Amino acid sequence: MNGVYFLHLALALLLAPLFTGVINRVKAKVAGRHGKPLLQLYFDLFKLLRRGEARSTSTTWVFAVAPGVGLAATLCALALLPLGGAASPLRFQGDFFLAAYLLGLGRFAMILAALDTASPFEGMGASREACFSALAEPALFLCFLTLANIAAGAAGGAADAPSLSLSSMFAGQAPAAWLSGRAELALIPVALFALLLVENCRIPADDPTTHLELTMIHEAMILDHSGPNLALILYGAALKLWLFAGLTAGILLPELPFWPGLICHLVAMFALAALVGLVESVMARLRLIRVPRLIGGAGALAALTLILSHVR
Amino acid sequence: MSILLLLLFLLLLNNLLLLGTDRLAGMNRLVAVQGCLLAALLICLDHVIIGAAILLIKGVGLPLLLRRTHLRIGAPSSVPPHLPYAAAVLAGMLGLVFALWLEKQLPLPQGFFPPFLLPTALGTLFCGLLLVIGRASALSQVMGYLVTENGIFLLGSPLMSAGAVWFELTLLLDLFVAVFVMGIAINHISSKFETIDVGRFRSLRD
Repeated sequence: MNGVYFLHLALALLLAPLFTGVINRVKAKVAGRHGKPLLQLYFDLFKLLRRGEARSTSTTWVFAVAPGVGLAATLCALALLPLGGAASPLRFQGDFFLAAYLLGLGRFAMILAALDTASPFEGMGASREACFSALAEPALFLCFLTLANIAAGAAGGAADAPSLSLSSMFAGQAPAAWLSGRAELALIPVALFALLLVENCRIPADDPTTHLELTMIHEAMILDHSGPNLALILYGAALKLWLFAGLTAGILLPELPFWPGLICHLVAMFALAALVGLVESVMARLRLIRVPRLIGGAGALAALTLILSHVR
Repeated sequence: MSILLLLLFLLLLNNLLLLGTDRLAGMNRLVAVQGCLLAALLICLDHVIIGAAILLIKGVGLPLLLRRTHLRIGAPSSVPPHLPYAAAVLAGMLGLVFALWLEKQLPLPQGFFPPFLLPTALGTLFCGLLLVIGRASALSQVMGYLVTENGIFLLGSPLMSAGAVWFELTLLLDLFVAVFVMGIAINHISSKFETIDVGRFRSLRD
């Protein structure tokens, strides 16, 4: 079983930059353009890794280590997630707390790096990132608690059932419960998809391609980075996108044998990438003051599902 | 039974969306959807004729009347509410939790209410009341009144099986008269004071 998991993990590490390529290609096709190559992010990463790094004299070691910390935290969080239905070998009771706070640690490192540049512009981006992620965190925990509730129900309420582990939460109970008439569980993928857009700075919460300074959030924070450190940030962002898409796909897919499971997992992941591209093509960016409403909506959906799943 | 549960769940979702929507046109559409869901629920409970009547009145007629009123008086698309949208959604959820708790406390006859119908009805009623007290625009308050009535109607729906169809029809007629009167009142308020923001009535003098 560990072999299956490591295969999925290797695919995640290898294919994560392709996820961004699919999003950009779908956006380009919808806009009637050919668009960048699907492998553009791979080319960018190799180019950046070969280049030197320009660093402001006002920065300290915090600025230098933050991208590495961010990438390491995302990698560790990804290693806790069951990929393609295969349970993580690192799973334990309550590992979802660690996964959420590892993502928080990566974000914290990037915020510190942004503040370290002493640029008010990057400070503004860091402030916005901290604000929106603080709002998104309760919504993410509500989603996890709902899934834990379902996993506990599926285990028959046994006291020693590992229902608080990510591997148990995403073991295919949700689609089975959904198909048996518990329609409220369909809201969790919707909430997680909204969180995917917010946490990964995609439209409608943020625009990853914006150059309009006053509306930037995540991009404002990484303006001073260059060379290999920028490559680490871009790869970390691609992995984080893969992680959130993996969470959403993990709820949608039932438990399947190896080959169908692998194929369905990859198809679901790239279908989600296409969906993100479609959303970005048809929606305008929300005004900053309206972003909390999107996150609140995701939280409300998760809370409603938690209430209803607890009652049933 | 699973279709009934799905409809009740959609009704709950519709309530929360109503509480979080700021635009009058969007609210009106959601009220129309709620009317359609109510009609589908009745059809599921084998009340086909009443269901068709509800579809015509609550799903089509009343929303069209409200839309016509909205266009005629030229009201702004949204008026800032007394109760913020996030607080309203949160209160709606608390109302649902209270309704779920109340269902367990009430000594109801076994099998009188289909599963989950009572909390959905009470939740709908509570959301309607929140719209009435939380919104500043008179049109939103009328929609809140409609949602409250939908909740009461849902509560009364098991009585239909006991042969109380006339009671429900009377209720519908009352509702029709109430909306008719409110429509005229809002029209008059709008033409006299050039606004339907009830908060501005405070500035009126004798």
